[in-house]
Amino acid sequence: MSTGDLWVFVEKREEEINPVVFELLAKGCLLNEHLSGSVIAACIGKLKVSQRDMLSSYGAEKVISLFGEEEASHGSYDYIEIAELLYAAVKESKPSILLAGATFLGRSVMPLLAVKLGTGLTADCTELEVDPERNILLQTRPAFGGNILATIECAVKRPQMATVRPHVFGMDMVRRACKIEIEKRHYNVSGISPLKVLETVIEKEKFDITESEVVVSGGRGLGASAGFGLLEKLAHKLNGVVGASRGAVDLGWISNSHQVGQTGHTVNPRLYIACGISGAIQHLAGMKGSETIIAINEDPDAPIFEIADYGIVGDLYEILPKIIERLK
Amino acid sequence: MGLEILVCMKQVPDTQKVKIDPERGTLIRKGVPSIMNPFDESALELALEIKEAVGGRITVLSMGIPDAECILRDSLTLGAEKAYLLTKGDFAGADTLATSYTISRAIKTIGKYDLLLFGKQAIDGDTAQVGPEVSAYLDLPVVTFVSDVIKVEKRSVVVERMIDNGKQVIKAPIPSVLTVVKARQRLRIPTIDGIVSSFERNVVRLGPDDIGADIKRCGLKGSPTRVKKIFSPEGKGSTSYIEGNLEQMSAEFIDVLKHKGLYRR
Ligand SMILES: Cc1cc2nc3c(=O)[nH]c(=O)nc-3n(C[C@H](O)[C@H](O)[C@H](O)COP(=O)(O)OP(=O)(O)OC[C@H]3O[C@@H](n4cnc5c(N)ncnc54)[C@H](O)[C@@H]3O)c2cc1C
Repeated sequence: MSTGDLWVFVEKREEEINPVVFELLAKGCLLNEHLSGSVIAACIGKLKVSQRDMLSSYGAEKVISLFGEEEASHGSYDYIEIAELLYAAVKESKPSILLAGATFLGRSVMPLLAVKLGTGLTADCTELEVDPERNILLQTRPAFGGNILATIECAVKRPQMATVRPHVFGMDMVRRACKIEIEKRHYNVSGISPLKVLETVIEKEKFDITESEVVVSGGRGLGASAGFGLLEKLAHKLNGVVGASRGAVDLGWISNSHQVGQTGHTVNPRLYIACGISGAIQHLAGMKGSETIIAINEDPDAPIFEIADYGIVGDLYEILPKIIERLK
Repeated sequence: MGLEILVCMKQVPDTQKVKIDPERGTLIRKGVPSIMNPFDESALELALEIKEAVGGRITVLSMGIPDAECILRDSLTLGAEKAYLLTKGDFAGADTLATSYTISRAIKTIGKYDLLLFGKQAIDGDTAQVGPEVSAYLDLPVVTFVSDVIKVEKRSVVVERMIDNGKQVIKAPIPSVLTVVKARQRLRIPTIDGIVSSFERNVVRLGPDDIGADIKRCGLKGSPTRVKKIFSPEGKGSTSYIEGNLEQMSAEFIDVLKHKGLYRR
């Protein structure tokens, strides 16, 4: 008997597929080695041929495109409408697993869907595995500000639903793109969303901080807002962006769109450089997933060193200018 | 205009002070102070601002152990008129689905609200699911990740919300559910008058029977998800220190970048 299909919700951002979708498809293929269903990409509306090929090469065996009765009022459906469409499709096909990125959109759509389907949902997972004996998805996520990890399962209700944090899984192509089946489905979902978008403002820096490969962050140890000018220089040399601790944001040295941490952005760059940041647990919650962490701090006992891969004990105002000079 | 505003809130351990039992990988909650979830503080502050701007009444609702009454009492001193606490053994061990079911049953019982505010997430569980899930149970629209309320009209509310790459201004009908991120303003502190007048008001405790809840859908019994294992995150291994004089340190720093493929030349 088939263990059921694994679906990945295809999130689009201004017509582009969010990279987390490819991460989830690639991971879905690995999970599916223990299962016997198919890996299916569930998308809303039309896809370009190039996008279909991308989905295929990251592991989708089939694409299901969902359409509502009415054209989306703003060119794209909002999370309320997406939840309606996915609900109709999931009810019809009964996949066993449904994954979405833990993005603002994914974390808005999935809870609405979970209630409609009467099933469990695990938020913001950082690891997924399959219990091979019971064919059950094991979903691991941080809790208590990242102090602990919890592994959660949804043994009986289906689908097993999870949102997954972007950048935690690799984005490995699974195969060469091949022609895959596309199934179009139309659903008569009830009406359109009662929400009206009056305005959308895209903030470049905000986009950058969660997407950038290099983040150079500063904290209260900078001593003054001017210190961010120095970090800006270093970030520029490394094609990175500037982040900040809440300590620095609260002092008004930099806007809160740069804040990293539990109440700021979660970043998982390839390189995170923490300058004059003590490493409070709420800050760590937003950056510990980084591939390499370098900390610069005067205090050899600063907790940031506990999670840093590389540490420099010293005055950032002495060391950073030297580094910047060498990068010239 | 007079809006009926509901704020749902949770008492949480101060995650800043939580310690881990290194042996068992579990949380040591003993001695850790409990606080109002900071995002719920933001929701309450927004509610108080709306009340000041257009008039209305604020009701606060929580689910938790009897001690969670503290955060409701605090809300009363700040100007909430009514407070309800869902506290009964049957509610314990609930995941987000069971929690949302229980809270939605309570809301259906205690009144009709124009705006229902939640913190976007609680800092212990960090799921960000309860607000949207309650909206689905109540069949009300939800605006997630609200950072500010811009305008309140008779039949609609205009809010600013965060999205991955920026923000949106959204007009939502009344009634709606809003989940609130860290707001502009910190939660105010109570006035003497506020404290004194709060003595007249009580926190009403509610159990499953009071809200017509099916206990099979509450608490651990009503939870489709189970925590199988709790463990502490692995340390990242040891830290290598870059040492020496400034020349040596900066040279080694750049070697690290090169080694990681982050700087070429
Ligand atoms: C509910 C809640 C949510 C929070 N959310 C967040 C969040 O999202 N993000 C966040 O960052 N914080 C958050 N915090 C705050 C957090 O607890 C810390 O207060 C904050 O991160 C401290 O900022 P900091 O490291 O910049 O400052 P500090 O802790 O003051 O550290 C400054 C560091 O700089 C070093 N230093 C000083 N001078 C120099 C120098 N010349 N060269 C090198 N090093 C130097 C010092 O040794 C010190 O370690 C939150 C707190 C709470 C209660």
